[in-house]
Amino acid sequence: MVEHIHSDGEEPAVTLDAFLSQSNATAVRLEPDEDARALIPHLDRLALIEVAFPKFRDGRGYSSARILREAGYVGELRAQGDVLVDQIAYMKRCGFDTFAPEKELNSADVEAALARWPEHYQGAADGAVPIWKLRHG
Amino acid sequence: MYKYDEYDHAMVDARVAEFSDQVRRRLAGEITEDQFKPLRLMNGLYLQLHAYMLRVAVPYGTLDSRQMRMLAHIARKYDRDYGHFTTRQNIQYNWIKLEDAPAILQDLASVEMHAIQTSGNCIRNISSDQWAGAAADEITDPRPWAELLRQWSSFHPEFSYLPRKFKIAVIAANEDRAAMRLHDIGIQIVEKDGQHGAAFYVGGGMGRTPMIAPLIKDFVPLDDMLSYAEACLRVYNRYGRRDNIYKARIKILIHELGADEYRRQVEEEFKHVKSLGIDPPKAEFDRIAAQFAPPPLDAAAPDAIDRSDPDFAVWVDQNVAKHKVPGHAIVNISLKPVGGIPGDASSAQIDLMADLAEKYSQDELRVTHAQNIVLPHVRKADLYAVWQALDAAGLATPNLDLISDIIACPGLDYCSLANARSIPVAQKIATRFSDLGRQKELGELKLKISGCINACGHHHAGHIGILGVDRKGTENYQLSLGGSGAEDVSLGTITGPGFDEDGVVDAIERVTDKYLETRTEGERFVDTFRRVGMAPFKEAIYG
Amino acid sequence: MKLLTGNDLKTGFVTWWTGADWSLHIEDAADVGEHGEAILAAEEGARRVNAPYIINGEQTADGPRPAHIKDRIRALGPTVRPDLTLKPADPAAGDWVI
Repeated sequence: MVEHIHSDGEEPAVTLDAFLSQSNATAVRLEPDEDARALIPHLDRLALIEVAFPKFRDGRGYSSARILREAGYVGELRAQGDVLVDQIAYMKRCGFDTFAPEKELNSADVEAALARWPEHYQGAADGAVPIWKLRHG
Repeated sequence: MYKYDEYDHAMVDARVAEFSDQVRRRLAGEITEDQFKPLRLMNGLYLQLHAYMLRVAVPYGTLDSRQMRMLAHIARKYDRDYGHFTTRQNIQYNWIKLEDAPAILQDLASVEMHAIQTSGNCIRNISSDQWAGAAADEITDPRPWAELLRQWSSFHPEFSYLPRKFKIAVIAANEDRAAMRLHDIGIQIVEKDGQHGAAFYVGGGMGRTPMIAPLIKDFVPLDDMLSYAEACLRVYNRYGRRDNIYKARIKILIHELGADEYRRQVEEEFKHVKSLGIDPPKAEFDRIAAQFAPPPLDAAAPDAIDRSDPDFAVWVDQNVAKHKVPGHAIVNISLKPVGGIPGDASSAQIDLMADLAEKYSQDELRVTHAQNIVLPHVRKADLYAVWQALDAAGLATPNLDLISDIIACPGLDYCSLANARSIPVAQKIATRFSDLGRQKELGELKLKISGCINACGHHHAGHIGILGVDRKGTENYQLSLGGSGAEDVSLGTITGPGFDEDGVVDAIERVTDKYLETRTEGERFVDTFRRVGMAPFKEAIYG
Repeated sequence: MKLLTGNDLKTGFVTWWTGADWSLHIEDAADVGEHGEAILAAEEGARRVNAPYIINGEQTADGPRPAHIKDRIRALGPTVRPDLTLKPADPAAGDWVI
């Protein structure tokens, strides 16, 4: 499920502006300051949305990801950039399924990060059943 | 109070394991300090002036004797035998070693405590009214809502890399004992047409640009509280400024958008978020609320207090507040002995307060944002025994809300962000005004000191506020008057040029003398200031 | 003079570059002159110091004295708790800071 993506042989993700003015692109890249909801009318055309994290402290991409999943996007949602293993679990909860970190991640660390949390307090985009629901059914 | 179930334990244990691994990786050089810093901050660990500082969460300021004893244990075993209670109802230790942090968090977890999200650009400790469950004026106990918000905000995957820190307070009375209007989100549980709902104030804060939170929604149905909060946070996460650390709080976003536009965006987001089904069912609220059921207090307990000991009587008059149940009282323990360090308590004092809580206060204590401690449920018949024990431990200073009940940040003695020392100023002021008769004549006078513009001492909300600045390499102190963090919320006004350490104490004395000259019957200092304005005080200070 | 200071990674204690090593005591601090940045980078990279930085100081009869009060407080300890400083028995220590 978690892959380190290599760009050879893959269709490049175009910018949001380019995507909105092109009719045939199937992959788009969303910058932190761009509105994920601009993609909502076009989700069925998209196989890949790459959300940029130029700096790991800039958390706008987490909201972008959840918004896209909440709108029904089922394609590949990729976190790209300054992605560290310590953000992977939250990113997955927000709906990311692939990761393209600038600095390669240690796969044992990634496995540990994803296995860390037994449950979750709140509902998010990963379909996990929140603790309050486990408590009451 | 809330007790963890298996899920809560599992979550805290997972966090301890996660952070222990992060510490290991940092010590082994697998991650840099730049990468580690946000991670350790999200576990309450700062690198401070003298060592690492650990800020332990006291959720909505409530804890029991077992937890209080653990705080004393940590002070003794890992620190220098004392802790500092903070303006967000937490406790801080100043001499922590990074290599000990995992063991400390394990010790805390064993008594259902943690340091989760007490720092970092995430949702911080949910604060509340220190008299919750005991005060007669609340319409309900706000703490079950605070607990619900605590769980919702813990490890929130979308809101852990916000533009800046986020502070939420919840109250349920018109009297605001938690400075609710000066939080990023302040919630007041209110009643309308026989129903309870949540009034949301969003965009308050102190710091560099203090702002009072505007009312964003006057009545959010309680079933919608978490969805509404989620919508507020999502708009902030998406649109809060990230270009300038000093303009990154939500108060700036709301100020720049205007409250109406922010509200519009939140309402739109809320409609969408509500459809996601993230609000827990009433059964979950009821499960939590049941743990805050009123304690079994005997309303027939004797109401009389034997005031024959004059020192005890003085303390009763100043530090003991009315409880909603007859025969009982709320005890306020001052951590502001004259000449002492505001908010500090030794491990022995912490243990003593734990013992008193267990024996006399239904095993419950509260931490206040004024850096004091509360025993919320004490029988009037036991007050004398409680006072004697406090007095023997140096914890019976009868100065609640008087001028020597100073809120002071740790300042340059402890904090790497500070520009000036704040504690010595607090000590000098308290010493100058040490005469209790003089203090009582001045009456309610909330004096607050911050050692830098970050305003952790809440100086903007002080009836008298002091801001320490660095003026060409020397410590300098600006004086402000007329602020308040209560329901009569206001931001203080600077008097004029600043002073050195002794000068600011003299200036305050001239201010209080002027107040005594000018006041009418029953006017507090802040009331007189609001009536006559700055001019007479400025004249008195500067001539 | 230029002094190189930081915190020990494991303990958090304030440390001073002596020219060869790190010391808890400012008296041992060396003048790093123009070489501070290079030493800083090497020592931080090797994790022998955390959050290092270079400050101005002056050589006095009592040894190096940081130019800014903040670093003097770091060197000694909190002015309001002499018992927790590096010189709890020295009544003149507070004067050195202030």
